[in-house]
Amino acid sequence: MGIEAKNVSFRYSNREPWIFRNMNICVEEGERVGLTGPSGYGKSTLARLLAGYLKPTEGEILLDGGPLPKKGVSPIQLIYQHPEKAINPRWKMKKVLQESGMCRQEVMEALGIERDWLERYPRELSGGELQRFCVARSLFCETRFLLADEMSTMLDVITQAQIWNVMLKEIEGRRLGLLLITHNKELAKRVCSRVICLGYI
Amino acid sequence: MNPTASEKGGFYIGRARMGRRFWNRRMRLIVLTFLMFAVIFGVYLAGAVLGEEAIAADFSRKGLAPSWEHPFGTDMLGRDMLARTVKGLSVSILVGTVASGVSAVIALIVGVVAAMGISWLDHLMNWLIDLVMGIPHMVLLILISFSCGKGLRGVLAGVAVTHWTGLARLIRSEVFKIRSEQYVEVSKKLGHSGRWITIHHILPHMVPQFLIGLILLFPHAIMHESGLTFLGFGLPPEQPAIGIILSESMKYIAAGNWWLAFFPGLMLVMTVFLFDRLGENLKKILDPYSVHE
Repeated sequence: MGIEAKNVSFRYSNREPWIFRNMNICVEEGERVGLTGPSGYGKSTLARLLAGYLKPTEGEILLDGGPLPKKGVSPIQLIYQHPEKAINPRWKMKKVLQESGMCRQEVMEALGIERDWLERYPRELSGGELQRFCVARSLFCETRFLLADEMSTMLDVITQAQIWNVMLKEIEGRRLGLLLITHNKELAKRVCSRVICLGYI
Repeated sequence: MNPTASEKGGFYIGRARMGRRFWNRRMRLIVLTFLMFAVIFGVYLAGAVLGEEAIAADFSRKGLAPSWEHPFGTDMLGRDMLARTVKGLSVSILVGTVASGVSAVIALIVGVVAAMGISWLDHLMNWLIDLVMGIPHMVLLILISFSCGKGLRGVLAGVAVTHWTGLARLIRSEVFKIRSEQYVEVSKKLGHSGRWITIHHILPHMVPQFLIGLILLFPHAIMHESGLTFLGFGLPPEQPAIGIILSESMKYIAAGNWWLAFFPGLMLVMTVFLFDRLGENLKKILDPYSVHE
C-alpha cells in the first residue's frame, strides 16, 4: 500500500535531454521519506510525476498497485514551494479553504491561522501565512500522501518548526505517507524515517 | 508600559485607520460610478422621451446662433439642435451599449471556448477569428446591415457581430495563462471539474479584460454606426443620429455655422469620456489589484 514509481524515465519533449532514467522510488503508507540532491536533478519533476501533474515518458506510477486516478479528488497532494503562486490572487482566504472542504478548527489553530485572515486577500498576507493555508488545504480528509516540495524553505525557523510539528502530528495520527523534498539535510534527518539522495542514484 | 503591548496597540490603531480610509474611497467610487451611470442613462431616457414635435422643422427660425432660447442654436431647417443632439446621443448610446455588449460577450465565449484545451476547437475558433478579421471591416458591416434591412436593427447587428475579434484573441491568451497557473492545477487535484474551474478561477480573472474591451468597443461602435449611416447603409436620414448631424454640419461649417458641429461633437466626446471613466471606476471596484493603487 503506497505510491510507487517503477522504472520511470522523463523528459519534457523528444528533443530535450533526459531528466532522469529508470528511477525507482516507493513511499509506503505512514512512511516518511526524504529526498535530497543538488539543484536541477529532477526532484521537483519527480514530485510532479508522483502527484499526477505530469505523465512519465517511460515506466509507470502506481498507487496501491493500480494507476493514478485521472479525475476526481486525488489522494496524493503536492504542496508547492511558492504559496503565492498556488493561491488564486482574486480569492479571499476563506474560499481557498472552502475549495478543499478543509475547515477543521484544531488544524487551523495548530497552524496559527487567525480568524480575521480568512476575510483577507492573498496580497494582504505574508508568504509564511499563505503557506499555512496551503498546508491546511492539503490536509483534508481524502488525503493519504503528502508531497512537500521545498515546503518550508522560505520560512523562518520558528514558523518552520511550528508547521512541521502540525504536519508530523497529522501524519502520525492519520498514517499519511510523506515525501519531503529539501536541500536541508538536517530537516530531512529530523523529520524522515528514510532519506534518499538523488545524486547517488 | 510593556513595549510589545504598545507596539501591538499601535499596530491595531494603524489598521483601523487604514480600513476607514479604504472604505471611504470605495464608497466615493461607488457613488461616482453610480452618478456617471445615471447621467448616461438620463441622456438616453431624455432622448427616448422627447417627442417628434421637439425636432419639428420651423423655417421662421432657421440657422440661429446659440441663445438662451436655443442653447445649441438651430439648423438650416429651423430644428432645435439641443433636442436633436440629445435624441442623437440617445440613439448612439443605445447602439454603443448594445453592440459593444453583444460583441464583448461573443468575444468572451469564443476566447474561453478556444482555450478549453481541445485542439480542434481552438483551431476552429482561430479560423473563425481570422475569417471575420480578414474581410474588410466596412464591407462586412455594409453586407450585414443591408441584409438585416438597414435601419437601427441592421446597424446593431452589423456592429455587434464584427467587433469581437481582437478582444476574443486577448481573452484566449489570458485564459491559457490562467489555466497553466499552479492554483488551477491544485484545484483539479482537489477534484473540481473543468466547468467549476472555469466559473470560479478563470472568469473572475477575465472581468477587467472584459470591461476594458467593452469600453474600447464603445467609441468604435459609434464611429462605425455614423460611418455606416454616412454611406447610406445605416440609419435613415430623418433619424437624428450624431453621425448624421455631424456629416450634415460639414456642409455649413465653412459658412461660419460652427455650433452645428461643435456642440454635438462635444457632447459625443463627453459621452465617450463618461463611458471610459465608468469603466475605469468599475475596474477599481471589482479588481482587488488596482484597488490598492
